[in-house]
Formats: sequence, structure tokens, C-alpha cells
Amino acid sequence: MRNFEFHRPQSVADAVTLLKGNDAAKLLAGGQSLLPILKLDLAQPSDLVSLAKIPGLKEIRSEGGDRGDLVIGALVTHDEVASSPEVRQRIPGLAALAGGIGDAQIRNRGTIGGSLAHADPAADYPAAVLALGATIVTDRRSIAADDYFTGLFQTALGADEIITAVRFPVPERSAYAKFPHPASKYAVVGVMVAKTAGGVRVAVTGAGSKVFRLTALEQALTENFAWRAASAVEVPPGDLRTGGESSPEYLAHLVQVMAKRAIQACQ
Amino acid sequence: MSDQGLGASVARKEDRRFLLGKGRYTDDVTLPNQSYAVFVRSPHANAAIRSIDARQALAAPGVLAVLTGEDAAADDLGGIPCGWTITSKDGSKMVAPPHPALVKGKARHTGDPVAMVIAETRAQAKDAAQLVEVDYDPQPAVAHLNAAVANGAPQVWDEAPGNVCFDWHLGDAAATDAEFAKAERVVAIDLTNNRVAPNAIEPRAANGYYDDVEDRYTLYTTSQNPHLTRLLLAAYTLKVPEQKLRVVAPDVGGGFGSKIFHYAEELLVLWASKKVGHPVKWTSDRSEAFLSDAHGRDHVTHAELALTADGKFRALSVRTLANMGAYLSTFAPAIPTYLHATLLSGPYVIPAIYAEVKAIFTHTVPVDAVRGAGRPEATYLLERLVDKAARELGIDRVEIRRKNLIQPDQFPYQTPVALQYDVGDYPATLDMALQAIDYGKFAERKAESEQRGKLRGFGISTYIEACGIAPSALVGALGAGAGLYEAATVRVHPTGSVTVFTGSHSHGQGHETTFAQLVNERLGIPIENIEIVHGDTDRIPFGMGTYGSRSAAVGGSAIYKAVDKIVDKGKKIAAHLLEANVADVEFEDGKYRVAGTDREKTFGEVAFTAYVPHNYPIDTVEPGLEDSAFYDPKNFTFPGGCHLVEVEVDPETGVVEVVDVAIADDVGVIINPMIVDGQAHGGLAHGIGQALLEECVYDTEGQLLSGSFMSYTMPRAADLPSFKVGNHVTACTHNPTGIKGVGEVGAIGVPPAVINAVLDALAPLGVTHLDMPATPEKVWRAIQAAQGGAA
Ligand SMILES: Cc1cc2nc3c(=O)[nH]c(=O)nc-3n(C[C@H](O)[C@H](O)[C@H](O)COP(=O)(O)OP(=O)(O)OC[C@H]3O[C@@H](n4cnc5c(N)ncnc54)[C@H](O)[C@@H]3O)c2cc1C
Repeated sequence: MRNFEFHRPQSVADAVTLLKGNDAAKLLAGGQSLLPILKLDLAQPSDLVSLAKIPGLKEIRSEGGDRGDLVIGALVTHDEVASSPEVRQRIPGLAALAGGIGDAQIRNRGTIGGSLAHADPAADYPAAVLALGATIVTDRRSIAADDYFTGLFQTALGADEIITAVRFPVPERSAYAKFPHPASKYAVVGVMVAKTAGGVRVAVTGAGSKVFRLTALEQALTENFAWRAASAVEVPPGDLRTGGESSPEYLAHLVQVMAKRAIQACQ
Repeated sequence: MSDQGLGASVARKEDRRFLLGKGRYTDDVTLPNQSYAVFVRSPHANAAIRSIDARQALAAPGVLAVLTGEDAAADDLGGIPCGWTITSKDGSKMVAPPHPALVKGKARHTGDPVAMVIAETRAQAKDAAQLVEVDYDPQPAVAHLNAAVANGAPQVWDEAPGNVCFDWHLGDAAATDAEFAKAERVVAIDLTNNRVAPNAIEPRAANGYYDDVEDRYTLYTTSQNPHLTRLLLAAYTLKVPEQKLRVVAPDVGGGFGSKIFHYAEELLVLWASKKVGHPVKWTSDRSEAFLSDAHGRDHVTHAELALTADGKFRALSVRTLANMGAYLSTFAPAIPTYLHATLLSGPYVIPAIYAEVKAIFTHTVPVDAVRGAGRPEATYLLERLVDKAARELGIDRVEIRRKNLIQPDQFPYQTPVALQYDVGDYPATLDMALQAIDYGKFAERKAESEQRGKLRGFGISTYIEACGIAPSALVGALGAGAGLYEAATVRVHPTGSVTVFTGSHSHGQGHETTFAQLVNERLGIPIENIEIVHGDTDRIPFGMGTYGSRSAAVGGSAIYKAVDKIVDKGKKIAAHLLEANVADVEFEDGKYRVAGTDREKTFGEVAFTAYVPHNYPIDTVEPGLEDSAFYDPKNFTFPGGCHLVEVEVDPETGVVEVVDVAIADDVGVIINPMIVDGQAHGGLAHGIGQALLEECVYDTEGQLLSGSFMSYTMPRAADLPSFKVGNHVTACTHNPTGIKGVGEVGAIGVPPAVINAVLDALAPLGVTHLDMPATPEKVWRAIQAAQGGAA
């Protein structure tokens, strides 16, 4: 790890100012992805801009009453999402997903904003965000989940853009099924299934270079929300990772099994 | 029995400092004017080195030196020696290629050290290491055994055609052939034993210091055997006489074999310290550990068992390829030979055995002893083969073992593969384990699992192992370059407290407690008043260290012998004080007593008299109470037992869950049952890790793909059930303690039980074979293949 300047701005605007025009500056949230990268010397930022002192980023609230969206601040930790009575009551599938991220240490530090900004292809939250049709709220705009993930560790965020919150429409039902890597605990395959006002949405993480939707299964489930639909679904081979520890055939199979288990958990 | 002696589960004395984070490890030692070394390691598995340009690195801030293989050669540094020579079938000696501490001209595995950068801080050394420009000419490499022995394979060493290091055999080929020729049944198996990384929690580290006033070197290092390291430094690598060398292995955070060996870094920090005039410290990080700690296992084996139609074993024939890696590590050649083939009789009567072992060079990290070292490989192939035989002959798996076990009245039992087992009771441990797991109700449990969509399997392994290594004359005759006795000095202080200086080394085993219990057992002194000193060649007698589950059996016996001498001398002193004949004085419960009377002197009184010899038999007895012993074992010791495993397989995903483990071991006399259980638990975790999770994966270019804990899966508590651990004791007959050894039994016995259980679970689906580790994808593929699927 190299030396860096450490900043603790008090507002989002100050944080943006610190990032502007400085390619070598990095935001720091829970540090659970960034610090390992720094320790391995894979990145050498000149400045770290901590979000810790900015008020308002740690809230979980429901907007617009009982039927309104659930809004989770960018700095809310995985453990806080997992144990929040509000999340558990309104989107239990999301709380359960957060409770299955990494291990206790990771969940105590890692944040939803950090996870989405990092956009690890094997991370869990991307599946929730995409399946629930959530919106990523930043310091300057709102980005629909469908437009947010652009590639391997790539998102629609600008270099100096800061996620402030994630807005989740509350689904009728949702559930996540994960096949964790035995060593890292990241998702080899994770499938989130959501029955929403706008139809059924299914998102797959881990199996590809980025999270993707399984539209064929979405259609089948819209017609008949039954777990048997999962085994009939072909996973487009182009969506699957190659050259990793798991073969594409096994990944495709796991997608089917995890989809089935997620659907069963919804019922 | 005192409440702290043999059989007492006293809490470990050393745990206070470990639990408070106050252990003192090699990396905690920082000396005045400390400097730091970082190694530039080859990113290629096989590459010629055209040139090394260190100019930029030398100009970087804080850099004191950049040293290369040329510098080492110019200073006549010795290569890293191999301590065991194997003689091939044809009488030729094994090929022992040079093993320079820093490579010259050619790198032969990813991680091979190419240059050493020394700077005032570790960060500066790290930065500067990136500035060393090495011009590599990468060449085709070979990492896997079958590829390495194929025609036209890349050659690791010109002097080892076909990559063969040695081609060795053991046993009676003719007798074995004859049995096979007339065999009623023959069962064959092909399997691999997966390569594993040792992964001690504390990575290796070395801090070397040359004192130019005293003209003396001090090395702090993560070693299981500091005297062996000093010997090799003195005789082969640094070439400095022993009295000019001090090697200290302070607290060491686990070894599992990997810290037995003399590594290049230990030599290089000493050498560099003299060159730069500062102490030089190197600490491996985890990624570096994967590329530089000796790995373990990595065998490919074909084996055949000849049986009678009713399942009696008649003969065993084994052909093994053993991966040595690119260089020969300190004990590497002994592992697949004398610690493997000699174990092939297992706990069974097998009238004829013949084993051939070919050791093969590849462009990979050297392979040497890892917990169990050869014995897990032998047990694995034998227990897999026995299970397969049971299945093919339609005999119950428990019954086929019962039928062939050596019976208690057959000891001493001479195997056809050199070893003579002194004692054991294998049927007893088999029964004990079966009872612990409630074998009779397995079918009910299987049905219950099935209701949850899980396939349940039962797996068994009956095993023996050889530890307490080893008679020096025997290992010498087999090619060892060292003796394998152990040494102890017992110093009784004037007020009756005791310090023991032992050649064994504790790196997690709990010697500070168990050795004190041994002394307590004999002298009756509370363990709080007994200190165990180990790990510093300036303080301890020349001893061989800790590995092969030898410390209690060999090191403990040395302590017993030294204590015997103390007790005897004390008798003479006590006789004088009690005005009795020496022959009439007995020692019991910490007291010298004139037999048949109540006249007695405590051990403390006698000790005091020895140091304040006013009223003393000064003409015949020297003052003081201190003695030493070297104990050379008469034979190996032979722990054994039975390991049972139940698994549940999720047929949809291939995930295997170990749901029950019951073991019954015979590890000889037990000093501290709690520590014995702990050793069994650790060994089981290790063995289950090898069976299901762990593997060093090399690609065909020799790149290590599983080089971090994000991909190399270590077993964790959540991967394991609660273990049922039982012991049935038969005392070792040839050492004074009766102890056999416990450090490795878990890692030896359990892997085949796990795989046998998985295969039992999958048998209804038609799966008949799996190699370790049984990862979910591998299991899923086996199911697909058996069901005629695409996989
Ligand atoms: C051993 C291990 C296991 C793990 N297992 C899992 C797992 O099973 N599932 C899973 O999903 N994840 C897993 N993770 C990752 C973990 O969830 C991280 O916490 C998460 O990916 C990043 O969140 P963070 O708050 O720690 O972000 P940081 O590490 O602080 O930052 C990550 C990146 O996001 C940027 N960033 C942070 N916050 C913002 C923001 N508000 N706006 C814009 N950019 C921002 C940073 O600049 C940085 O580039 C694991 C991590 C480890 C080390």
C-alpha cells in the first residue's frame, strides 16, 4: 500500500469537489473492496475521500407511505440491511441477500453504495438491484438499474459521481438463491427473482461478466409463476463466463437450479 | 497419577500469550538498523534469463543493494542441499540437480527467486523490486505428472532425461507376481493425490544479522528445527562453522511440515546482512507463500489388489508417479518412498507387496512433506482400493476390512515392505468407531436424508501410520543425511524448579504444557515450576526438531531419559542424607524414601543439597543437578485406528456436506487428552480440506491458478461437523513413554473415508470414481457422466 492523502469531507458537494479533475482520487466507503486492492498494490490512488462523515447517507426509509419505495442510503452496511426491520418486512428477499454477503466482518463494514460502484461481476447486490428494478440515485441524477451496469467492473457512473442512495420499488414477492464460492463466498451464481407490479424480473449475477436478466424465464414466469419453468430455460451461452474455475456448462446448470430455488422461495 | 501428569487435560500454558496476541514471532523481531528484503520472483514457469538490469532499482530511495545469482556465485554461496538420497532400481543415485539460492541464467518455476532487493523500509524494497528489469526468454513448461513423462515433454533438467529424478522400488516383485498369477480376483484403481499448499497461519519469515564485532551470525526464522537449519547453513550453504551461527525459531505459527526445510531466504538474509551491514528481514506474504513454500502430495497412482474369491488380500502392486517440482527440497525424495511405500500394508495382512515409485521433475514449486507426508498418499490409495474391492466382490466394506486386519496376537508384525509394527489393536478401534457413529442405524439416516433430497453416504478407512521418526542407523541406511534422535537437558534449580531444554520445537503442538506434564509425572513438580525452552540453538542441545509426529514419542523419551539420570543422582544424594544404602532408596511421588521406612527427603531438599553441598558425598558425587540425554528410537511408532465419515450430497449442485465424523485412534499413551483431541480435530480439518476443498491448480504453462485464499479453499469451522473422537490405547513397546504420536493421524486417516462416503452416496447413480478434491462441479460432472449426460 502506498501513501495517500486522506480526506473526510462533511458534504456530498465537498466530496465531489475533491474528486473533480483528480483521476487519482478514490472514494472510500466500507473499504472491503478498495482496501484489498490497495494492499495488493493493484491501484495507487493519491487521495482517498472518505464518505464516513457525510450526514444522511446511512438512512433506510420508506418514501410515500406503505406502498412507496424503500430507499437505502449509500453508506448503509450489508449487516444493517440484513437486520433492518423495515427491509425485512418490506423486501425480505433483499434483507436475506444482504445477510448472505461474504462473512460477518465484510457485512459489518461493506456498504451498498460501495458494492454497486465496484460492480464486481460476482457481487450479490447487482442481482437485487436489477431484479427489483431499482434506481441508483447519485449526487446529480437517477439511473435505472437496467442502464447502470455496463460491463465487467463497469457502470454508468461518471468518474466524480457519487452514489447517495438506492431506491427500491417494493415487489409483491422476491427471493434470492446463491451458490457461494467455497473460498471467497462471492456468488458463483446468484439468481434474484421478483414479482413486481411491472411483471416478473429475474437477474443473474456471478455467471457472466456482469449481472444480466433472464428474459426467457421472466416471460415463462409471467405466464405461470411455477418453479418448473426454470429447468426449461436455456441460459444464453454468450452471457456466461469462460476460462474461470467453473465451466460454462456448470454455470448454466447452476443458473437453472438457483432460479428454481429462488422461485420456490418466493412461493 | 498426579493431577497434572499423564492423562490430565490441563490448560495449555502457552495459550495465555497466544490468546492475548502476545506471541513473539519472527516478524515481530526488529533489530537496530533493521533493513528489509523483497524478492523479485520469476513470473514464468520456465524461462532463460538474458539479463537483469538493477540500475533503476539501485537508484530508488532507501535501496541498499540488489543482489542476484551472479553475486551469490561470486561469494561462493552453497546451493540448497537435499538431505536424502534415493537409489534407483538399477543402483544409480537419484538425479540431484543444483538448487541455487538465487537462480542464475534460468528460472524453473513461477516464484523462483531471481533477485533480492534490500532497502531501509519494506515499502521501499517493494517499490524498488518493481524497478528491477529482468529480460526473460520464456520457454515451454510442464507442470503435471502425466504431461511430464510423455514423449517430447519439456525437460526441466538436462541431466534428468524424461524428467525422471529416480525410479525406485520396494518389496518382492516375484512373490507379488506369483500371487497375482494365481489370484482368484484382481481389483485395479487409478487415482491421483491432489497437490496441496501447507498454509500455516504465519507465513515464513527470516531475519538475518551479522555482528562484525563478534564475527557471528544470528538468524531468526520460522523453523520447525533450528538445529537442522544451522547444520545445513554451516555445512552446505553459508559455510560458516556452527559456533559462529545462532539460529532462533521463536514462536512459530504452524508449520505442517513446510517449515522443516532449509529455504533459500534463510541463507540469503544472513549473507545479505554481512554485505549491507544491517540486519535484513524478509517476511513472506500469502501470495508469495503459495509460490515459495514447499507443497505436498501430488501423486498419480495405478494400484492392483489380488484377493481370494472370499475377499482375503493376497498381494498388492502399486505404481506411483510423484511430483518433485523443479528442485529437490530437503526431504522430498524420502516422502514418496520411505514414508509412502513402506506404509502400503496398512493395518492388513497382505502376504506380498511390490511398489514402484518414479519421482518426476516439473516446472512447479518443490514438493516435500506436508502433514502426514507420504502416509496420507499410501492410506488413500489402499483404502480406496479396499473399498473398490468390497464393491466388486459384493462384500460389506466393514467386513472386508475386519477379515484382513492384523490381529492383536500377531504383533510384532513384519510387513512385506520393511516395517515391523510393534503393537496395536485394530479390531478394537474399528468397533469403537462403528459404535460411536451408530453404524447400525445408517440406513435410517440415509432414508431421512433422502426425504430432504440429499444422498447420504457412509465412508470408512482403517489405517496405520508410522511416526516417531526414526532409528538413525535405519534412516542412514535408507539414504538420510542426518540422524533422527532427539536431545533434552533437564536443569534442576537449587530451589527445586526445573528448566528443560529440548531439541523438539513447538509451533502449535503445546509442548510447553505436555513436556512439563512429563516431568511432573516423574518428579512430582507442579507444571507451573517447569519451563520448557526450545527453538534457540544457543540454548538448547543439538536436536532434530518437530515433524512426523515425533516430539512426544522421541523428544519426550529424551526428557524421560534425562530425568532418569537426575532421579538416579538424587538417590545418591538422598542416600547420603538419609544415611542409607543407595540401593535401598526409592523415588516416588516426588520423594526419596528408604524402602520400607518413613525416612524420606523431598526432591526439593535433595536439589538444594546438590547446589549447597555442605553435607554431601563430595568424593563420589559432583555438585549440581543437571543432565542431558540423547534418545535414538529403536523403531518407528505405529498409531492406527478407524475413521468414519457420513456425507450428504446435493445431487442437483454436487455439493458435498460432511455431516458426521467419528474416529477411534490408538496414538499410544496420552499425556493430555484435550491436546490429543485438538490435534485430532486439526488433522481431520486438514484431511477433509484435502478431500473436498484444497488443491494447487497449475495450468499447462505452469502458472499457479489457485494462488490466493480467494480461490484456494481452506476448510473452515462452518465446513465441518462436530467430531466424535475416541481413543483406544495400546502403549508403544519400545520407548520409555509408551507414546506413539498424534499430530498427523487426522490428515492421514480421513481423506479416503470422505471420498468413500461420497462414492457410497453416489453409487445408486452409477458413479464409481472421483478424484480429490471432490468439488461440487467435479461431483456434478461425475453424476452427469454416469447418467449418460453430456458432461
Ligand atoms: C473476502 C471478501 C468476501 C466478499 N464476499 C462478497 C460477497 O459474497 N458478495 C458481495 O456482494 N460482495 C462481497 N464482497 C465485497 C463486499 O461486499 C464489499 O463491501 C463491496 O463490494 C464494496 O463495498 P465497500 O463499502 O466496502 O466499498 P469500498 O471498498 O470502500 O469501495 C469500493 C469501490 O466503490 C467506490 N465507492 C464506494 N462508495 C461509493 C459511492 N457511494 N459512490 C461512488 N463510488 C463509491 C470506491 O471508490 C471503490 O472504487 C467481499 C469482499 C471480501 C473482501
